[in-house]
Amino acid sequence: MSKKPELLVTAGSIPQLQKFIAAGADAVIIGEQKYGMRLPGEFKIENIREAVSIAKQAGVKIYVAVNNIMDNQLLEELPAYLAEVQQAGADAIVFGDPSVLMIVREAAPDLKLHWNAEMTSTNYRTAAYWAKRGAKRIVAARELNMEQVIEMKEHLPNMEVEVQVHGMTNIYHSKRNLVKSYMSHQNERNHASEDVHSQDVSKDRGLFLIEQERQDEKYPIYEDINGTHIMSSDDICMIENIHELLEGQIDSLKIEGLMKSDVYNETAIRAYRQAIDAYIADPENYTFQDEWLEAIQQVQDPERELTFGFFFKEQVY
Amino acid sequence: MLTSERPVLKGKRNRLDKPELLAPAGNLEKLKFAIHYGADAVYIGGQKYGLRSNADNFSFEEMREGVEFAKKYGAKVFVATNIYAHNEDIEGIEEYLRNLEEVGISAIIAADPVIIETAQRVAPRLEVHVSTQQSIMNWQTVKFWKEEGAPRVVLARETSLQEIYEMKQHVDIEIEAFIHGAMCSSYSGRCVLSNHFTDRDSNRGGCCQSCRWKYDLFEDGRPDLDEIMSEEEAAQHPVLEQFKVGITQLPLFKQEDNQFSMGSKDLCMIEHLPDLIEVGVDSFKIEGRMKSIHYVATVVNVYRQVIDSYMADPENYVLKPEWIEEINKAANRPLNTGFFYDTPDHEDHIYEPEEKAAPYDFAGLVLDYEAETGMATIQQRNHFKPGQVVEFFGPNGTFFKQTVEEIWDESGVLLDAARHPLQRIRMKVEQPVQYFDMMRKKNGK
Repeated sequence: MSKKPELLVTAGSIPQLQKFIAAGADAVIIGEQKYGMRLPGEFKIENIREAVSIAKQAGVKIYVAVNNIMDNQLLEELPAYLAEVQQAGADAIVFGDPSVLMIVREAAPDLKLHWNAEMTSTNYRTAAYWAKRGAKRIVAARELNMEQVIEMKEHLPNMEVEVQVHGMTNIYHSKRNLVKSYMSHQNERNHASEDVHSQDVSKDRGLFLIEQERQDEKYPIYEDINGTHIMSSDDICMIENIHELLEGQIDSLKIEGLMKSDVYNETAIRAYRQAIDAYIADPENYTFQDEWLEAIQQVQDPERELTFGFFFKEQVY
Repeated sequence: MLTSERPVLKGKRNRLDKPELLAPAGNLEKLKFAIHYGADAVYIGGQKYGLRSNADNFSFEEMREGVEFAKKYGAKVFVATNIYAHNEDIEGIEEYLRNLEEVGISAIIAADPVIIETAQRVAPRLEVHVSTQQSIMNWQTVKFWKEEGAPRVVLARETSLQEIYEMKQHVDIEIEAFIHGAMCSSYSGRCVLSNHFTDRDSNRGGCCQSCRWKYDLFEDGRPDLDEIMSEEEAAQHPVLEQFKVGITQLPLFKQEDNQFSMGSKDLCMIEHLPDLIEVGVDSFKIEGRMKSIHYVATVVNVYRQVIDSYMADPENYVLKPEWIEEINKAANRPLNTGFFYDTPDHEDHIYEPEEKAAPYDFAGLVLDYEAETGMATIQQRNHFKPGQVVEFFGPNGTFFKQTVEEIWDESGVLLDAARHPLQRIRMKVEQPVQYFDMMRKKNGK
């Protein structure tokens, strides 16, 4: 029997958290956009406390995202926030900015740390560097391939490795307000007097970009207090190859729930739950069941392709 | 265009040491020009681990020659080793860094801790400057890198003057900031558009500048699945049908509108250098390892004069209009002040089709000058011919205009035009010139 890996999801509200736990999640990422990046919804500190108590009863872990690129002003609030997160009983925080490491040492030394620098967590030596400085887990960049991810784990026996297996990924993050800037530019040029600031440019609006020569690819774009985010036009779906990651002893498999309906996320969670459980019960005789993938395809937006992300791709530079 | 001076930092002063002018050098020749025209230090790329895989990067031999040249001017050479390494890149880092140390490189500019840590271990004489790719935006992070042994950090381009001032108040460390050139509109390193569009890894030097492409902006007019069906319904009905409710693609632009783009105007802090000096920026960095010799020489030359002029007498410093004019001769995009004063808005982005060419080009390099005859020997760098107006300029702001009269080749044959690259041309010049002075002409004439 192999060790049991974790099925991790993101949630944006208490009801979502409950639904996703019921669907089979082992751990849930939550947080507040002021401190954490690209979250499906807001969990203020009192919501985090509630989430922890719900999760504890179900034997589920709560990770709080504190992975923004911090500025001086936020530093003033971080010590109190991190102390409160620790006190709330969060199982870990997710961080990328070294300032969080500095503040945790002082203000919340018992907090477990997951290092996630998004596109820039790309090799095992750098992961080991952050492990030496307190991180217990590395969240691998989504631009790595299967071989690189497996090799990373081989080199990090004492560090947990988390890999995203399903959903969209961020492909561009700017501090600029690019959508509103464009709308202002249009207004100015057309001598229109619309109030750009009343325009909804949040992730709920369903905005997307199309590049001239790639008409089939729709790249979601939205703004929040952390700037502008552009997301992948495809959804990673590794359910057919999940056994490769399980054989590779990957510790945590993440389903990104951002910009997806609850129905969708629950379906995805259930499918991966079944696959993981089937593998763990009997790795030798594990076979992939088409119905797992079909369940996801049933709720998959036909405008968005299910792909293997970069897992089986060769990139050049 | 450039914004006017805003006195937001009056009364705030961190220190007044003379800052370093740090220039890009895409190859050995550019290195020589950058240093001759006034750079205190240059940064270059080697054969590996740099983010400009398309540039004609330096071999170790060329680095050695570059370091020798720089030494004569008391200047330093830094090497950009600023990729985010993948597992397979790890082998070879040690040897590469030892070689850099051995050829006399002063510092590396690195983002990935594997490179930072390896340098500290195997090449201790190499200073480690933490790259802008680390998106350093706050003083605790600055302090972290200081404690990790880095003598210098290159700040994220999103940092404001006020924030730099606060960093200097909290941490005693050298701060390097970009003051001129093209900018990523994303947080540096937080962009994999190239990976998605072209399978080229942007964080290992494969960036294909997809942020400067044009896009159409749409809105998805379909309702959210959760709004139209419950989980039970979803389990029983063909869900895909539900995606057909509403319009998938509502355009948010009119036919005649400019398209959406993330492309930013270029950074230019020529009018605001005193602010940067006073908040305590230690090194002023010019972007552009892929830029031309003419660009590097012109931009370095102007900033050299601004820094020297201000440092000589801060109280009575005045910005000369000809400095701005000079900068504009090398600019190939409209300019702005980035995040130093406030967050860029629509006026700071480029939606119109881009005019790529700079208004002036490098026509010839002065090799020699005879004072008695007023004759100069000029190495051709671009087509020029009699009748054209050219400008001569050299370090320290020497400058004059003249019309090209008769031109000869080396054997004294009268020419109708200087056609051949690197051909040695003789011509009369109206004022004394010297080796390394440059002759430019307006583009398209």
